[in-house]
Amino acid sequence: MAIQRRRFLRGAGVAAALGLAGCVSSNPLSQSDESGDETESQQSPEIGDDELTLATTTSTYDTGLLDELHPPFEEAFGITVKTLAKGTGASIRTAEDGDADVILVHARGAEDEFLQEGYGVNRRDVMFNDFVVAGSEDDPAGIEGMESATDAFAAIANSGETFVSRGDDSGTNKKELAVWDESGVEPGGEWYQEVGKGMGDTLVQTNQIGGYTIADRGTYLSMRDEIDLAILVQGPLEGGPTILKNPYGVIPVNPEVHGNANYEAAMAYVGFLTSPRGQDIIDSYTENGSQLFFPSALGEEANFGQYVPQGYSAEQADSLSKRDRQFLYWVDTHVSNDY
Amino acid sequence: MFPLTATLPDASWTYFFSIVAVSLYVSGLAVAVSTLVSLPVALGIGFSEFPGKRAVTAVINTGMGFPSVVVGLLVLLVVSNQGPLGDLDLAFTPEAMVLSQFVLATPVITSITLSAVEGVGDDVRDAAFGLGGTDADVALVVIKEARYGIVTAVLAGFGRAISEVGSILIVGGNIVYSDGTSYTRTLTTAITVEARQGRYEAGLVLGAVLLVLVLGVNWLGSWIRSRGRGRASGGGRRSP
Repeated sequence: MAIQRRRFLRGAGVAAALGLAGCVSSNPLSQSDESGDETESQQSPEIGDDELTLATTTSTYDTGLLDELHPPFEEAFGITVKTLAKGTGASIRTAEDGDADVILVHARGAEDEFLQEGYGVNRRDVMFNDFVVAGSEDDPAGIEGMESATDAFAAIANSGETFVSRGDDSGTNKKELAVWDESGVEPGGEWYQEVGKGMGDTLVQTNQIGGYTIADRGTYLSMRDEIDLAILVQGPLEGGPTILKNPYGVIPVNPEVHGNANYEAAMAYVGFLTSPRGQDIIDSYTENGSQLFFPSALGEEANFGQYVPQGYSAEQADSLSKRDRQFLYWVDTHVSNDY
Repeated sequence: MFPLTATLPDASWTYFFSIVAVSLYVSGLAVAVSTLVSLPVALGIGFSEFPGKRAVTAVINTGMGFPSVVVGLLVLLVVSNQGPLGDLDLAFTPEAMVLSQFVLATPVITSITLSAVEGVGDDVRDAAFGLGGTDADVALVVIKEARYGIVTAVLAGFGRAISEVGSILIVGGNIVYSDGTSYTRTLTTAITVEARQGRYEAGLVLGAVLLVLVLGVNWLGSWIRSRGRGRASGGGRRSP
């Protein structure tokens, strides 16, 4: 227990140093050396045993965002990041088994469960974008321009046109099932194909068979050159329904549960992603001229997004209006009008 | 050489060579360990008569058809932090990949070696024994006689290992460091990444490299065999 407390204190010290530094300057590194006099991190910015295992979604990996975020983080802390690109469900399972130190995922309901069961601590909001409903341009089900994702899904189901589902318990898959649930249509039958693959694979397959699918905007934009699919229903970034919001969170694994988790490095990672520098990198990352992710960790209203009340369930998390308001606030403050 | 940098937009030569190196390291080490285990087992089974020998042989032969993803899952459960070998921190390491490929390659090598050993005539064994050889001498003679079959077994095991993707994707995690060097990404798992992102051409280039690699190893194997055969017939050391 004493050891864990010490580890927690060290982690907290590091996070505090980072947070403090972040307030003062957009370059937390130069500052942490000066402000670190009272903390334990003053000797060197290097922390932990130098390796951090991150389990994350294919969307953050395949878009190339992590390739931009990790080199400055590694240079700053002397930590090597090992990235496992899986679906959100698989990432959470990996973390529950103690095989990852931190997760970066996008399914708030599942994240809350993960926190409530005690596997994760200190969740922070990192960034957001949205989901879009994509399909071939001739749009046989006639969903183009629909304001409601649930109506669009119902139209696809009624038309019997092929819908390609990730079917892999990823964040996108969970979102898709939530939309089906809302639409009151039970997906099933020959028109509904579960492919059990990552987002890129699924888009490629949808493109080939000429069906519909739901995709996160980041992966869709980064693959626009490889596929002929069009966005038929927009997400909230472009005025679409808030049910298609897509917030990403970062959660360190609880060192109380998995003693071998590299908690200091995980907290440093959380600190980096949510620092002005990390948020700048996310903000300025573009592919094909489009911004893929919008940072959401910093704002005028303090919101740490880590508190999960007892009895808080996944269903509530998906439809809670406070969350929706908060998301729309992000969209208002971070997304330019001509996006 | 290849239009590699054109087809792999984000890739550098470091990336390319490191995934080749990881592929060779993992499959090579797995096959080497498999061979060390398989040879004595095959010799032991081949030399002895015991009740249930047929059943054992059948089990080994079945092992050649193990679904690699199932092996991957089982190995991951074993090396996972929650598993029996959790303390060794093997999950998502090249060593875990070696372990799963060892499980996959061993039945192949054992089975083919076993048939090669059993193909060596009793007369050879009897002759060696009759000339006053110890068990070890007899074993050596049999290995010498069965060497072509054993080389074939090792090549088959290597082929199984290096072209396999299901288990190493699960136990290795397909990790590349942010400087572009591979940690647990092999040629086969790199192809899955390219395919996932719709870059089929890049995947095919990597596939061609994999093919060349397998071809090279097999060429090496046939060279060893032909050299051995030439020397054997030239030296007249083979029994008729």
